[in-house]
Amino acid sequence: MPVTTSGTRAATSTPSPAEPTGAGRRPRRRHSLTPRFLPYLLILPAIVFELLVHVIPMLAGIYMSTLELTQFYLRQWTEAPGIGLENFRVAIDVDGSVGDALLNSFLVTLGFATASVVLSWTLGMFGAVLLQRPSRGRGLLRTLFLVPYALPIYAGVITWKFMLERDTGMLNTLLDQTGITSGTTFWLIGDNAFVSMVVVSVWRHWPFAFLALMAGLQSISDEIYEAAAVDGAGPWQQFRHFTLPMLRPVNLVLVLVLFLWTFNDFNVPYILFSSSVPPSADLLAIHIYNASFLTWNFGLGSAMSVLLLLFLLVVTSVYLLVNRRADDA
Amino acid sequence: MHESRGFRILRVVGLTGLTLFTLAPIYVMVISSLKPLADVQGEFTWIPDTLTLRPFVDIWSTIPLTRYFINSTIVSVAATIVSVLLAIFAAYAISRYRFSGRGTFRVTVLSTQMFPGILFLLPLYLIFVQIGELTGFPLQGSRVGLTITYLTFSLPFAIWMLVGYLDSIPRELDEAAHVDGAGPLTTLIRVVLPSAAPGIAAVSIYAFMTAWGETLFASVMTTSDTRTLSIGLREYSTQTNVYWNEVMAASIVVSVPVVVGFLLLQRYLVAGLTAGAVK
Repeated sequence: MPVTTSGTRAATSTPSPAEPTGAGRRPRRRHSLTPRFLPYLLILPAIVFELLVHVIPMLAGIYMSTLELTQFYLRQWTEAPGIGLENFRVAIDVDGSVGDALLNSFLVTLGFATASVVLSWTLGMFGAVLLQRPSRGRGLLRTLFLVPYALPIYAGVITWKFMLERDTGMLNTLLDQTGITSGTTFWLIGDNAFVSMVVVSVWRHWPFAFLALMAGLQSISDEIYEAAAVDGAGPWQQFRHFTLPMLRPVNLVLVLVLFLWTFNDFNVPYILFSSSVPPSADLLAIHIYNASFLTWNFGLGSAMSVLLLLFLLVVTSVYLLVNRRADDA
Repeated sequence: MHESRGFRILRVVGLTGLTLFTLAPIYVMVISSLKPLADVQGEFTWIPDTLTLRPFVDIWSTIPLTRYFINSTIVSVAATIVSVLLAIFAAYAISRYRFSGRGTFRVTVLSTQMFPGILFLLPLYLIFVQIGELTGFPLQGSRVGLTITYLTFSLPFAIWMLVGYLDSIPRELDEAAHVDGAGPLTTLIRVVLPSAAPGIAAVSIYAFMTAWGETLFASVMTTSDTRTLSIGLREYSTQTNVYWNEVMAASIVVSVPVVVGFLLLQRYLVAGLTAGAVK
């Protein structure tokens, strides 16, 4: 049977020398048919579920974005009339109120993600460098720093909400007692809401940066630093010329992951502000959520989601391409 | 190399600052959960005049916390089991075999992690409503439905992390099993899985944690009967009053299982998370 021969050939020839697979090297095996089909059999269940939860909903979402899918059609959404790209036109028409609000939300999200990534990375780097060398209490501190990341998102963010309350919160009390302000600031409305949101996000995300960077630092050998010290390089020069370049592979992925997380963040504004999100904290995820579920216009909501996805795809591709180019150069 | 005095001072000051930043909310959470209601309704006090364990008793009767606990447990456990089981087989195939479509599958799995949840929420909501209309089974608002939506994030993540763990297990072990005449499935179950057990435990706790804290899908896909903790805890705030001491007590109670699990497995989690980030 041709299947058998080609199956054996595929199984014996595919492993590249660099990556021995351990499978298919043995000419005589009990099930000569399995090697070819086995990997597909193994990933089949995962593929079926991927189709169900990702591919089909995504295609449906793209289709929905071309429909006049208002509340009248929610029960029978497939009967909603098609309107081509009208939803997209409304979404990006910055002269209209919908497009204007979306643009504001986009800019807020961009500012939030940038601030959150920069600060999370900086704190993570700071902590990782301070704990680079073995010292007493290092293990304890490392565990401690992980706690914000380990807490359920809800528990951490709701505690911040309590701390940021104007009259009963810990922050205003602290600022009042230390004489920095009179302790009457509204932290959860107006422009302050943006700052509060960034602080909460950094509190939650810096441990992840810390973890990744600390693991990266462990792979740099002490000899490099000793040699650098002999050459007279101070701590700052060592950091700039050895530590940072060697962490480049870690940073490449870390920054991207942090950006995607914060750019898509829904939890922090949702828990911090409940249903009354101030314009300064109107992140895209919550903006689309409210636009969809307050007005029940799922067509428009889907169009905004598709735009968000396109933006992320472009940013990620450009980011990876530019960095690959830099690596090759 | 000797540390300069400047660096030592910087280290003490820096680590103290990071510790305070990290712990301030934890302190507020713990201390406020031990205060009577009147104390959390006035100005914040660092050290309460009266300590009480009442909030830890009252949380169970103010809202149906037990029901939310059960719902969260069922949905999170189900999502974890399904995604880890599927991921074990998929990750084994990706890690040990070269087959056409492998690269595509890998990239697809990776890229779905960057997709915003809202993109899946709207279509899944409508599809669930439609299935409910057609079959009479109310998928929207059911725990089954919520579990399915949780797979959108737990499945790709579990596959991604497990591939990392399986790659770190030496292939010589597989080879040895082959020599002994074991088939691929026997090798997976008898040889690879036991070596990957810590990694699988770490992936499981991570999948569980993410499901346990999820709010986006839970806010839309649940009814009062199927509500999970992350949404249910909002009910401590009423129109007129927020039971902050109970909110904090409940937050501690819902956090303990995942924080303990996370810290127990942190060594493996760190390896998995950072391996995923480095590759």
